[in-house]
Amino acid sequence: MSNLQTARRGSYAGAFAGLMLRDLRVLRRELGPFIVRIIMQPLLFLFVFTYVLPHIGQANTIGGADFATVLLPGLMAVAIMFSGISAVALPLSQEFGITREIDDRVMSPLPVPFVAIEKVCFSALQSTLAALLVMPLAIYIPTNPVHVHVASWPMLAATLLLSSLVAGALGLTIGANVKPQQIGLVFSIVVVPITFLGCVYYPWAALTRVRWLQLAVLVNPIVYMSEGLRAALTPNVPHMYSGVILLALLISLLVLGWIGIRGFLRRVIS
Amino acid sequence: MPIVEIAGLTKVYDQQKVAAVDGIDLTVERGELFGLLGPNGAGKTTTIGICTTRILPTSGRVTIAGVDVVAQPAQARRNIGVVPQYNTLDRSLTIFENLYFHCRYFGFSNAESRERAGALLKQFLLHERAKSYPSQLSGGLQQRVQIARAIAHRPAVLFLDEPSAGLDPQSRIAMWDAVRRLREEGITVVLTTHYMEEADALCDRLVIIDHGKALALDTPDRLKTTLGASTVVELDLRHCENLAPLSEKLGAIPQIASVETTASGLRLFAHGTDGLLPEIVRAAQDYGVRDLSIDEPTLETVFIRLTGRDLRE
Repeated sequence: MSNLQTARRGSYAGAFAGLMLRDLRVLRRELGPFIVRIIMQPLLFLFVFTYVLPHIGQANTIGGADFATVLLPGLMAVAIMFSGISAVALPLSQEFGITREIDDRVMSPLPVPFVAIEKVCFSALQSTLAALLVMPLAIYIPTNPVHVHVASWPMLAATLLLSSLVAGALGLTIGANVKPQQIGLVFSIVVVPITFLGCVYYPWAALTRVRWLQLAVLVNPIVYMSEGLRAALTPNVPHMYSGVILLALLISLLVLGWIGIRGFLRRVIS
Repeated sequence: MPIVEIAGLTKVYDQQKVAAVDGIDLTVERGELFGLLGPNGAGKTTTIGICTTRILPTSGRVTIAGVDVVAQPAQARRNIGVVPQYNTLDRSLTIFENLYFHCRYFGFSNAESRERAGALLKQFLLHERAKSYPSQLSGGLQQRVQIARAIAHRPAVLFLDEPSAGLDPQSRIAMWDAVRRLREEGITVVLTTHYMEEADALCDRLVIIDHGKALALDTPDRLKTTLGASTVVELDLRHCENLAPLSEKLGAIPQIASVETTASGLRLFAHGTDGLLPEIVRAAQDYGVRDLSIDEPTLETVFIRLTGRDLRE
């Protein structure tokens, strides 16, 4: 490798680090609201379904497993997904549609796709943080004991990492392709359905009784996030094969990343 | 050696059939304050967009400090500072942080970035606003922050796209001062404007652009003396039918270089006005002279001469 190439790589790394530092500064400033946004929904969900309902005598088991145990990986997956959307899709849509403030970052001495990749990476960091915030809630709030043990650390790390990146790539795809006025609509017709149908509240295997749905949800990346975390954290609940899960997450990342980056380029270069 | 070289540049947008930029060639020398003057939609912003790697040309070539902006955009951006037409300050960061992180994007270390941001705040008289957010600043001050940020990484060329658009007259004068000081520091400045006063007051050389074509390129003074037939006399007449004989008669006067018909009468291009006005009035008597106005040569008259239109039209 020539000196010129080495210098160029060094300068790219510097610019990339600069972008990450900028996002870190903004996140640090908004840490309080960030945490509230992440935990409110799972907190209430857990409280009502795993604390109040068992207390007022509603038995809840799903596919032979206690609901609270089923819910732990599911709610972590939702947290990952939502923080990906709120870290990338919302700000990006604003910056493209209204404020144009992304311009200064696009003009940094870095190939433009990396500005988009930085967004995805930083969002992945937030998603992982969100998942780790939700985990203790899902363990300690339910009345019935939650059966957690890490079956495989590499599987846990790989699922967390890939899921977080997929969430960021989905955020990029939405943020770069949707007008700010339509973001609310996209939430209703994309984000909410894929969450509800993401095998969050029941394991995928339990869907055998609704066969068409079991097949249809295979295109939904959240299914693989939930199932992956199930395989890693609550192995006693039925779940998909680890290899299949990781492969599906990887494919989701490549497809969404590709669409997202293309949309991003189209928005900043004409 | 020229710092900006533009050769055979064209841009045709997919949706439109006409070329936004239609074969522009020009070079900007190091240290120059260079202007692109033309009406809205002339192709100035597209030209700047191509130079700053944000728009891909249909054909032609642009190099900045020897780096091709299409082949090596990331490298080219090291030499480019940009102040776009719209405000692109980072709303989530303070003024200081806007400058600081801009330096970080360009690979400055923490200490270097702090020092540079501090120095720029001082240079642009912004140190009291270091901790403010962009939304707390007036339009003029935000513009000043944008200029400070654009030169923070010490680019070879600063591009300013319509820098005085939306500024009040006072802020505009302050902005002109800031731009002149940049030139004293040796930064090459390329700006676009549709205000001829701005082009006249600021630029060493300028190119007049219309419909994507460069019509003339020179210093403001030389453009005015060579291209403006010096003085423009607008003659408003009560009766505008059958103007040909009058036009011929006036055209025969040696001081008058040429005559054009307008909606309300005639437009004369003259060399000086000594003794000319009574002669014009006498000749036009039968047509009923309603008004007669004289414009000393300005870039406006140069533009009219070149295109037959007003800059504001």
